[in-house]
Amino acid sequence: MTSLVLSMMSSGKSPEPAASVHAELLALVAASKDREAFATLFDHFAPRVKSFMMRKGASAEQAEDLVQETMIAVWSKAALYVADRGSVATWVFTIARNLRIDRLRREKPNQFTDLDDYDAPSDEPGQDEALHRLQEDSAVAQALAQIPHEQRELLILSYVEDLPQSEIAARLQIPLGTVKSRMRLAYRRLKKLLETLT
Amino acid sequence: MKITHHLDDATLVAYAAGTLGEAHRVVVAAHAAMCGDCRTAIRAAERVGGMLLEDQDASAVSDTCRAATLASLDGVTRAVPRRGKPSGELPLPLASVLGERGLPGVKWKTKAPGIAKADISLSPGARTHLQLLRIAPGKALPDHGHGGGELTLVLKGSYSDHTGRYGAGDVADLDEDIEHAPRVDSDVECICLVATEAPTRFKSIWARLAQPFVGI
Ligand SMILES: [Zn+2]
Repeated sequence: MTSLVLSMMSSGKSPEPAASVHAELLALVAASKDREAFATLFDHFAPRVKSFMMRKGASAEQAEDLVQETMIAVWSKAALYVADRGSVATWVFTIARNLRIDRLRREKPNQFTDLDDYDAPSDEPGQDEALHRLQEDSAVAQALAQIPHEQRELLILSYVEDLPQSEIAARLQIPLGTVKSRMRLAYRRLKKLLETLT
Repeated sequence: MKITHHLDDATLVAYAAGTLGEAHRVVVAAHAAMCGDCRTAIRAAERVGGMLLEDQDASAVSDTCRAATLASLDGVTRAVPRRGKPSGELPLPLASVLGERGLPGVKWKTKAPGIAKADISLSPGARTHLQLLRIAPGKALPDHGHGGGELTLVLKGSYSDHTGRYGAGDVADLDEDIEHAPRVDSDVECICLVATEAPTRFKSIWARLAQPFVGI
C-alpha cells in the first residue's frame, strides 16, 4: 500500500472523505493486486453488505455467502471500476444487487447484464472529474437527509427492504399510483439537490 | 436512432433498487443499452443505493468468511469487460436472453394474419412474462388497456397510437389507466419486446383478434 493512502487513513489531520480513500485502495487492487488494500476495503464494505442482505431477508449465512461473492467480484473487477460513473460504494452496491438477483434465479443463471457491460468506456477521468464525482456522492447523502420523510421511507423500502412498488403500496395502504408519484418526486428532488449542491 | 420515448423515473428507480421483475429488467436494460440519457439517469438512481449501502449499520462478519474470501483471491481470474453486440443489432441484455441464434432462432406463433408472438423463457421462478410481438405494416392491435407494469420496447419498425409514435429504441412505459390501439405505421414489420406481469395478459387481445372484424 502506498504511504499516501496509509497516511490518509491514519493521520486524521486532513479529514479526507472515506470515498476518495476507497477509490485509491481499489486502484491499488487493480494495479498491483494489493491484498492489504483489499483487506481494508473488505473491512469497510463486508459488514455493510451483510447488513444490507439481511435487511432484504437473507439469513446470516446466506448474507455471508453473498458478502464473499461480492468482495471476490470487487477483487476480480477492480480494473473495470470507472471513477467518473460513481463512488466505490455505488459500484459495490450494484455488484451486490446483481449477485443477489442472480442468486435468486440460480436455477437458470442468465448472467445479469449491467450498464457497465454495454456503456462505452469513457476515457480515464481527470482528477477534477473524479473529485467532482466524490463531492457529488457526499451531496447525495446531504440530499437524502433533506427530502421529506415519506419520500425517504419509500427509497428505503425499495432499495434496502427490497419491496416492489406494488408491495410498498399494499404495506403502506396507499394506491400504486401514489407510490410511483412519490418515487418520482424523491428521485427528481435528489437530482435537483445534487445539481445545486455541486 | 432518435429516441423520443423514455423510461418513467419510477421505473428507473425500481430498476436501480433491484426490485423489478425479471422480464421488466430485461426491457429496461435493453432500452438503456440503446439510450445514453436513461443510462445516466439509472446511474443517478444507483448512487442512492450506494449511499444507502454506506449508511448501513455494520454487521460483524465472521472470521471464517473473511479468511475464506482472502484465501480464495489467488484462484480468481480477473474479469474482462463483456462488451460487444453478439447478435448483430440486438441490444446485449436482450441478446443474452435470446440465446446464441438471436432473433432468427425465435419460434413465432401466428395469432392472426400479420400478427405473431414468441415467448421468451426466463428463470423457472420468474413471475413476470417476456414476449416478442411481430406485426405487419398497417396492422393494429384492438383497443386495450394496461394492467399496469407493462413495458414495451420497439426493436424494429414503428407504431403509433394516441400517445405518440414509437420507433426503434423507444419504450412505452404507460400508466395503467391508458387504453390504446397501436397501429404499425412503418413500411417494414414492427418487432416489439413486451414485459407484462401476468402471462395471460394478452389472452383477451388474441381472442378479439380471432374475431372477423379485426385485422383490417
Ligand atoms: Zn431512454
